Amino acid sequence: MSGQTLFDKLWASHAIRTEDDGTSLLWVDRHLLTEGSHHAFGKLAERGLELAEPSLTFAVADHYVPTRTQLKAQWNADSRRMIDTLERNAARHGLRHFGPADPRQGIAHVIGPEQGLTLPGLLIVCGDSHTSTHGAFGTLGLGIGATEVAHVMATQTIRVVRPKTLRIRFDGMLGPGVGAKDMALAWIAQIGADGARGHAIEYAGDAVTALSMEGRMTLCNLSIEGGARLGMVAPDAITIAYVEGRTYAPAGPHWDAAVREWTELRSDEDADFDAELVLQAGDIAPFVTWGTSPDDALPITACLPDPATLPADKAEKVREALDYMGLEAGRPLAGTPVDQVFIGSCANGRIEDLRLAARVLESRKACVPGLVSPGSSLVKAQAEAEGLDRVFREAGLEWAGSGCSMCVGMNGDIVAPGKRCAATSNRNFRGRQGPGARTHLMSPAMAAAAAVTGELTDARQLLEDRL
Amino acid sequence: MKSGWTTHRGIAVALPIEGINTDQLMPARFMSTPRDQGYAKYLLHDLRRDSGGELAPDFPLNRPEAGDASILVARRNFGGGSSREAAVYALVDAGIRAVIAPSFGDIFAGNAANNGLLAAQVTEQDAGRLLAALESAPAPADVDLEGGSITIRDLRVAFNVDEVRRLKIINNWDDIDLTRNHSAQIAAYRKRLQITRPWVFPRD
Ligand code: SF4
Repeated sequence: MSGQTLFDKLWASHAIRTEDDGTSLLWVDRHLLTEGSHHAFGKLAERGLELAEPSLTFAVADHYVPTRTQLKAQWNADSRRMIDTLERNAARHGLRHFGPADPRQGIAHVIGPEQGLTLPGLLIVCGDSHTSTHGAFGTLGLGIGATEVAHVMATQTIRVVRPKTLRIRFDGMLGPGVGAKDMALAWIAQIGADGARGHAIEYAGDAVTALSMEGRMTLCNLSIEGGARLGMVAPDAITIAYVEGRTYAPAGPHWDAAVREWTELRSDEDADFDAELVLQAGDIAPFVTWGTSPDDALPITACLPDPATLPADKAEKVREALDYMGLEAGRPLAGTPVDQVFIGSCANGRIEDLRLAARVLESRKACVPGLVSPGSSLVKAQAEAEGLDRVFREAGLEWAGSGCSMCVGMNGDIVAPGKRCAATSNRNFRGRQGPGARTHLMSPAMAAAAAVTGELTDARQLLEDRL
Repeated sequence: MKSGWTTHRGIAVALPIEGINTDQLMPARFMSTPRDQGYAKYLLHDLRRDSGGELAPDFPLNRPEAGDASILVARRNFGGGSSREAAVYALVDAGIRAVIAPSFGDIFAGNAANNGLLAAQVTEQDAGRLLAALESAPAPADVDLEGGSITIRDLRVAFNVDEVRRLKIINNWDDIDLTRNHSAQIAAYRKRLQITRPWVFPRD
């Protein structure tokens, strides 16, 4: 008999029962709620139910939080209503709530890890697809819909059809100036935006274990962009060092017990995966998306696709994407002029991301406007302590508060119609950053490089002697 | 409360687009709207409009014959992206009962079943045949959820849907009720967790 994967072990430790039809009822260790939870609270109220486990449920304002003003009077009506509703629901159910004025506020997927709510070996759910981010700790991070959120609220469990397993292995090491965002876009470009559909991913290989926790979070964050149900990295010494001492993390004898368990938490040598994908890390160049789907991604050294050279079924989609993006077929990707940059989001709004962007921008000027929104207020404070805010400001970029911000534009931070934005977020869908907005996804180094040159640029050229 | 269903006859419309994600189905800026105001008007809001904000007359759903559509046929990767259940609400509120496509976003497919919406998976080839049958105009179609097929005129195509989801739609099952039947088992699990892995509970 072959061994068990990390996923198999986590699944088994959370299964309360399995139905005849193959669905499992799983225990939920942490439930994160954002403003979108109003639908689920409504469903709960309709049935007159209470929250099963308020102490395992945490409310975070992120999607609607204004990042350019703390003054509530200046917020738009949507932001005010959504944030107030969350606060009221949290108070009514006795939940720990990270509101806009809380010094520990931030994007749910940034502050979960930061607060030590995210630990190896857990099952974490949130009504948000990028819950996959938490998988960086060797935890099951499941994004769910509103009906499921209400189910977790009422029962602290979730019914899930078991996904298949996929291992994505990155052999060898990344070159300088190449990072987790590039790894993610590389595999998604290779197998497609639905390539990992129905699968739980485990990322493995030397280039993965060499990543910091921040890098692993970026990699796991984008699992959903390849269609996966979740993504994970097995915990190791780097994980344990990150978790130790955080507010909600275990301490004392509980810490020792946890570490003993985490140290064993990995796929067995002889474990079988349903599918496997292997990439050579050394071959990966900085990636940029050119179209309207995350798999429309290419190395910065490449040329845009040309529909004339593609089979009919592919050509139409490419033509439409190029048309929406206002790009000319066949031209080199590098040199495409951009109108603005956005650095932030749960994909790349952590301290390391800001450090890397600042390294590119240090003693340089941005020739296009840009918004830098740290992933959390603690990231913001840390960046300010390191003087990174000064680098961004001196370069001419706007240093804003933390939240989802221009990743999705719900708080009013949007890209104007027809404008081209170099963004460190995770979705380049039509209109994602605002109606008619044109988004190119890339790493923080690449977005900073685009700010400096005003066009899509290979960041490695600007990082020479700086790494 | 809605009831379950096993067969459905309605107007099918071709939406020959790949990768219609949930941001397209329900743009983010409308998501703060309370559900009781109805989400139908937000369905594919921006995709249906030209750059001037007017409904594009040749977009399939804007054609007069598509007014009563209840079945959509699309290309692969329908409903990928954001977990927003509001995307399903927009479809359901617009009267859509079934979406037929070669593949669906996982979270979307789960959300759909939780709202009585069928996300039926067909092969790429069959999707192409259905789209061809609807190319000139929307047409009446029959969806047989128990038998797993959709019929448009003389074209009959088999579809797949996860068995759990099929039963959920047919019986209009509510997961909270089902799970609450097992509350003793859940309580036992929790108790065991507190003894064997107490570190799991957050310190405060
Ligand atoms: S930063 Fe963007 S992707 Fe992340 S949770 Fe917020 S809206 Fe979603």
